[in-house]
Parts: sequence; structure tokens; C-alpha cells
Amino acid sequence: MTDPEILLKMTGIAKSFPGVKALDGVDLEIAPAEIHALLGENGAGKSTLLKILAGAQSPDRGTISFEGNDVTLPTPQAAQKLGIVTIYQEFTLAPDMTIAENVFIGREPGSRLFLNWSKMAAETLKLIRRIGLERSPMTLVRDLSVAEQQMVEIARALSMHSRVIIMDEPTSALSLAEVDKLFRIVRQLKSEGISIIFVTHRLEEVIEICDRFTVLRDGRNVGAGKVSEITIDGIIRLMVGREVNALFAHREDSGAGEVALAVEGLTRRRSAHDPHATELQDVSFHVRRGEILGIAGLVGAGRTETARAIFGADPFDSGRVLIDGQPVDIRSPRDAIKHGVGLVPEDRKQQALFLSQAIRTNLSIAALDRIDRFGLFIDERKERSLVEEYRKLLNIRMASIDQAVGNLSGGNQQKVVLARWLALRPKVLIVDEPTRGIDIGAKVEVHNLLFEMARSGIAVIAISSELPEVLAVADRIVTMREGRVTGEVMRADATQEKLMTMMTLSAAGRAA
Amino acid sequence: MTDVKRETAENAGFDLFGALARFAPLIFLIALMIIFAVLEPRFMSSINLFNVMRQVSITGLLAIGMTFVILTAGIDLSIGSLLAFAGLVAAAVAKGGMQDRFTVGEGVIGYGWQLAALAAIAVGVCGGMLQGLAITRLKVPPFVVTLGGMSVFRGAALLFAAGGPISGFQPDYTWWGQGKIGPVPVPVIIFLVAALLAHIALRYMRYGRQVYAVGGNPEAARLSGLNVNWVICSVYVIMGFFAGLGAFVLSARLNSAEAVAGTGYELTVIASVVIGGTSLFGGVGTIFGTVIGSILIGVLLNGLVLMNVSSYIQQIIIGVIIVLAVAFDTFAKSRRRKA
Repeated sequence: MTDPEILLKMTGIAKSFPGVKALDGVDLEIAPAEIHALLGENGAGKSTLLKILAGAQSPDRGTISFEGNDVTLPTPQAAQKLGIVTIYQEFTLAPDMTIAENVFIGREPGSRLFLNWSKMAAETLKLIRRIGLERSPMTLVRDLSVAEQQMVEIARALSMHSRVIIMDEPTSALSLAEVDKLFRIVRQLKSEGISIIFVTHRLEEVIEICDRFTVLRDGRNVGAGKVSEITIDGIIRLMVGREVNALFAHREDSGAGEVALAVEGLTRRRSAHDPHATELQDVSFHVRRGEILGIAGLVGAGRTETARAIFGADPFDSGRVLIDGQPVDIRSPRDAIKHGVGLVPEDRKQQALFLSQAIRTNLSIAALDRIDRFGLFIDERKERSLVEEYRKLLNIRMASIDQAVGNLSGGNQQKVVLARWLALRPKVLIVDEPTRGIDIGAKVEVHNLLFEMARSGIAVIAISSELPEVLAVADRIVTMREGRVTGEVMRADATQEKLMTMMTLSAAGRAA
Repeated sequence: MTDVKRETAENAGFDLFGALARFAPLIFLIALMIIFAVLEPRFMSSINLFNVMRQVSITGLLAIGMTFVILTAGIDLSIGSLLAFAGLVAAAVAKGGMQDRFTVGEGVIGYGWQLAALAAIAVGVCGGMLQGLAITRLKVPPFVVTLGGMSVFRGAALLFAAGGPISGFQPDYTWWGQGKIGPVPVPVIIFLVAALLAHIALRYMRYGRQVYAVGGNPEAARLSGLNVNWVICSVYVIMGFFAGLGAFVLSARLNSAEAVAGTGYELTVIASVVIGGTSLFGGVGTIFGTVIGSILIGVLLNGLVLMNVSSYIQQIIIGVIIVLAVAFDTFAKSRRRKA
């Protein structure tokens, strides 16, 4: 490598999970006092690599050396002892404790039994002033903004005398001004000799702040080097890879019909019930029968919130939803299903699957009307033939339909969820991150299924953070940013760069 | 495709642990019976075995209801108190009021066993519904609601009974607790029929699917179009129904109802359900398991009595068993996660 001095070196790291080979011999080198971008699409293996570095998971193979010495990181404590601290995308702060308590949680100064509050407060004050957080150490974390909470996380990392701070998508929930402030802090940390591993999807940020980069794809290194010697396009090419572009074939004609679903002026204000959800402001769009509408946006753009509001999973304040031109009153997922709307949620394990239960019951749960007798009993023969039908149709690979769905690979699990909704014969199907965390082969299969659904006349709304995916599946693309629709473009006229611009455009840019 | 290969590899081989976990309660029960049969010859006599079953049938009825509750990841601690209250109401109805409460004999006609049974069940169902509504509408955790219910219903029972028992029913009333059909005690038949019906409801009805779904993953159930609050409320109603039915059968067996009846039943009943393989995390369990679990607890207690083990030690044993059963469940769950 160009840098003679290496602080942290990971060599040949491999890690497999049942169903997925997450990492297959990955190398990573971090120099002292550098800002290093770790890049890759979702599922490329970044988070697994970071978890290994944080001591949260152990690699199957590979070595880690720190300052030239081989080390093992069996626990998060071991990583912290070396000065490797991770700031996760979802903060790990206790909201009802003070800044000082959060900074020193688990390492409170004082005697064995009693806290030394004044010392804790004084040390915290020093730390938070160093990074420019103008708050009292006794402020409750609950009362801080997201950006301020992030600064508390950074203060905590500093209090552990960190040498390497890993920041996982640190800018995803910040406003532009807050991002600027964060970058000042990051540069300051660098000048103090701390190395930063910076994970982001916003490539302009890489160019702006990072010194070097490493790109992963499908669990392997595909490129590394100096940021000054590469362009955003070059990074995108590395991340996406030519062969994937060839795999993601899109379909030729859409043959879209009547408008199946229209959303008009959907608005959702921040609620105390769910403070982290993005506010929606005047979201309007429509989707036609047989059409696939893509919704693109960065994390926090309000894509998932929009889908959940349409489906009745979350309430909204104003606006209306029309199905086949008729306004409908959808207050719960039950209502949505009655009107022929289905939702494949973004987190299949938390929101869709009954992991310990059989594939058969997972698949049929929403379509009991199709397999019941006298409205009360389940006709198991009908159920089995229904499940077998969708198993063949979707090519779900399983030993038996009575096996627990939790034992399937991610791709096959997702097919079970898709089958559940297909069995309902929906008019409109919303799929939120339909290929998150599944193999590339299964991704292509899921895309083909979406095409098949559209061909059969279903209006499909596909939400995805992966631009190549949106470009591959959608006939028409709507972009969102911070709870608003920022643009609409036909697939034929769309490129990744164009979409990225529409997704990241500021309000001023939009008005122009 | 590597995917195909992996899928077959995952499912190749017989899941020994899974099979063992499934039949563990039955194997444990048979082993226990063999041990008691060897140590104490009186244990295997048909009189004793029917006696065990008669005792099991009351807690068994409650355990059937509790299975529905625990399948939704809930818990009901109020059942012992609710049973006492429902039993007293049934007894008062059977005696036609409170004035003849201690008359033992044929002099008092009252309103008959039919209305008495109905009254017990109505009390149980209403009590269960109140708790179900508190859980789903007020969003108070089941543990807290039913802990409160435990005190409320016990208080109601004490108030209603004004301190003393209500005893002495007509023979057609006591038949439900003491009678036999052939050699088989009536409560045992009630228990087994109830178990069969509950099994059908859970295994073959839409309702059962909804219970498992809500217990397995409430958010996924809601997003699949299920009315989660309705399902949760319903299991407490079912629990209340069985508490009422159990109260009627118990008062018939004892020819008496009293305010302290059913004290500590919640522990025995929850132990029966959990030992039967129903997961306290919800979504996993069967009525068959609960029947085995109930019999297992009954056999254990009976065997210990026959061997003159102090009832204090029995309590200790039940407490330890419930913790071990849950530990086993947690272990099994972590294995399922890894799979």
C-alpha cells in the first residue's frame, strides 16, 4: 500500500451465515489519522465486516492486526480496549439518562459503590465542548436533536480513548447544516490522530471528506485506493459491477392500464407515538394496472412511511387514497386488504414472518378466505394445494411445506412473503426493499416475479434503496426526499446520476 | 445453483433435537410413571390412576384455557381467584340464594345445576373479557392486569362468601364432580372432551391460525390483516370460560364452594402448560402437550404424596420444574434462531 504505516489491518476475513456467505476473504487496511470510506451496496458485507471489527461477531477465517500485533476481538469490550469504537446508525443511548451518564455508561468514575457525579460531569463537559456540543452534561438525551445525540455518541467514543472510530451511515438522519458540522468534527478528530472508518451511501460525501476507500461487493474486495484518484462514477462502477448490470435485465413494454391507486396530498405530521418516522408532506402519485412504479430515496426520505400510511399500518393526518378512482377509507391493514392492497414490508423477519411456524401457515395466513369451510374451519387439502401452487409458481426451494420458515434462506423467505400476498390476488402490491439481504441469484428471481405480477395486471409499487434495482424493475420512478416527492421520471430517461440528483436535491434546487 | 445445494444440505438429516424436544414431555411422563410404579406399587392401581386423573381434570381444564393465553405470549395469574368467585356464584345459584348456604341435604331445590353452571361460566367469561379489554384497550401488560385481577376476584369472592363456604348441593349437581360413566369419572370426561374441542379449534380452525400468528409475531399478524386486539381479548375470554367451567366441576366434586378455592392454581396450571411445550414467548405449543403436561404434574404430585413427601417439598419441586421448563424452552428457541 502507499501508506507505509498501517494502524489496523484485516486480512482474508471470511464469515458465513446459514444461507449466505457474507464475507469471502476480505482485506481492509486503515492508516493512522485517516478517514477511510468503506463502500458497497446493501448486502455487500460492510456491516458484517464492521461487526467483526467491533467484536460483535467472530470471523470464520482471517486475521486482524493492530499496530503490527495480531489480535482477536472476541467481545465488544476487547475491541474497545484497543480503542476501536463503533457508532451505529441506530444510536445506543439511554434516552432517559443524562448526557454524562450516557457518555460514561458502564465506566462511571467514582468508587466501587458510588458515582462521582461532579467528576463525571466535568469530564463530560470537556469532551462535549471539544466537539462543540453546547449543552449541559446534565441534559437528558431525550431532549436532544438527532445530531446532538450523535455528538454524545462521539463524546462517548472519545472518552474511551479511541484510536479508530467506525461511523455507520452517520449522515443518514442529518440535515445539510448538521452534516457540515459533523464533517468539521470528523476532520478535527483526524487532526488529533484518530482514524475514522466512514460508511455511507452518499458518494459525494466520500469525495468531500474521505482520504482513501475500500469497496466491497458480494463479500469480496473489488477495489481500494485514494479518493483523490477516483470519481463518483468510478466508485459506482466498482460498487455495482458490470456483470450485475447484465443480470438486472428490465422488461420491454409495460402496457400500463387504468390508474389503480392514486395518492393525493398525503401528509403525516410528527407524532409522539413514533417520533423517528419521517414527516410526510403533500405526497401525491399514482400507479396504473400492470405498471411497476419505483420509489427511490435515501434513508429517511419517507418511502416506507408512505407505504405504511397507504396500507393503513400507520395513521396519516390529511390527504386521501383512491383505488380505481374511488376514495377509500383505509384505517388498518385489514381495510387495505379488503380493498385489494398488499404490502411486503421492509423487514421480513420482524414484520412479515412467523419464523418458528411452518411455511404452509406463513403462506396462507392472509388468504384464509380462500381455503376455509363454513367460514370457520380450514380445509387443509385446499390449503396444501394452494401452497404447492405458489411453491411451484415462485420456485420456492424447501424440503417440505411443513418445515419452519425460519430455516429457509433469505431469498426463499422473501418468496414466501410474496406468495402470501399473491395468494390474495391483490390489485395493488407495495413491495418495500423486496431484495434486502438476499443473494444476487434470488434477487434476479424476485425481479422476474415483480415483472410477472405486473404482466398479470397488478399495479406494483417497488421501494428500494438500491438504484440499480429501481432502474431495473421500474417502468416509472418517483423520487422522494425528506417526506416530499421531488420528481418523477420514466425509466427510459433515468440514470443513476439523475436519480441521485433528484433524491439529494435541496429545496432551493427544486424551486429553480 | 448454489442455492439449491444449500437448501438441501440444510434440511438433510434427521433433526434429533427437534424430535426429542417434541416428545420430551411424553417421555418424561412415562419415565416418571415407571419410577413411581417401581417405588410404590399402589401407584399403578386403577383406583389411584383414576384418582390422579380426577385431580388433574380441574387444573387441566384451566391449563387448556391457559394454553390459548400463553400461545399469544400472554399470561393469566387471576385464574385461581376467578375460579373461587365463579364457584361461589354457581353455588349460590344452585342453592337459590344465600339463606340455606350450610344446609347439606335434599331440602333445598334452588335454581338447578344448569343455571348454576351457566352462572359460573358467565362470571368467568365476563372476568376474562374485562381483563382482555384492559390489556388491549388500556395497553397494560397481561402480567399486571391479571396480577390485579388475582386480587380483585379474590376480594370479590371473599366479599360474596362473607367468610364461609356454601355447601350441600343436589345429587344431579354433585354428579358433575363425583359421578362416573362406566369406570371413568365425569370430570375426566369433561376434561378430555374440552381438550379435544380446543385441539380442533387450534389445529383446524381459522381462529387457531390467528392465535398462533398473533403469538408468533404480532406486528406481522397485524400487517397480514388480522385483528390482533380482538384475538388477544378472545383468549382471555376463553381462559375465563374454562375458569368458570373448572369452578363448577370443582364445587360439584367438593360439594362445596369457598372463597379460598383455587389458591396457587396459577402456578400449577402455568407449569402444566409450559412443561407441555408451549412457549412463554408465544406462537409455539399444542393442546396435546398441555394435556400431557397436566397429567405429568398430577402424577408427580400424586407419586410424592404416596411416598409421603411433605407438601412443602412438593411446592419447591413445582417451582423448580417451572423454571427448568422455561430454561429448556429458551434453549430450544435459541436453537431455532440459529437454524
